[in-house]
Amino acid sequence: MADGQVLLMHAAGLHARPVVTLTKLAKTFASRIHIAADAEGPWVDAKSVVRVMSMRTPANKQLYFRAEGADADAAVAALVTLVNNDFLGGPE
Amino acid sequence: MSNVGIVIVSHSPDVAKGAADMVRQMVGQGIPLAWTGGNPGGGLGTSVEGILGAIDAAWSDAGVAILVDMGGAETNSEMAIEMLEPARQGKVVICNAPVVEGAVMAATEAWSGSDLATVKRTAEELNHDLD
Repeated sequence: MADGQVLLMHAAGLHARPVVTLTKLAKTFASRIHIAADAEGPWVDAKSVVRVMSMRTPANKQLYFRAEGADADAAVAALVTLVNNDFLGGPE
Repeated sequence: MSNVGIVIVSHSPDVAKGAADMVRQMVGQGIPLAWTGGNPGGGLGTSVEGILGAIDAAWSDAGVAILVDMGGAETNSEMAIEMLEPARQGKVVICNAPVVEGAVMAATEAWSGSDLATVKRTAEELNHDLD
């Protein structure tokens, strides 16, 4: 189990393209990964474009990640880095 | 490992191409992708030949998921699948999902190496209540 949080700075919030980029990165890990825009949840599957997009998260919200699995630490670290890097540098 | 291919079928070639452009820009190059739309006269329509060509262009041994807009796009896609040789028929499915959003969802799932049934299910998640 690993968790982390990061401030979403991306001006347009968690809109379509960032969601696809984030989901693709999440899918490169074997761990179960969940994302929330509030520490209390609701938590949604970070590998589901539909679910993450339905969060409709605006900019300047804190994003929370938690992962369970062998690569949970690496997954949370990579996702936090992606958000910090304004969604640049994700998997091609 | 080969990823599931995505075919986009719309009555409008502009819609089909535009949806394919969105998939390429949002999901990237990691999946086979083809689109077809319009009739030979330049009007709105779909054709079995065009769909068969797109299936060939996006072919993957992992299978092909087709996104359609409405009516003839679906029936012509069904006809195209019936015209495939038996060995390929079982590897092509039509997703019951909105064409643009479904294409992006399906392509994202395909990109990660998921099998055809999972790609179809992900595209069709759009139709379901997520709660």
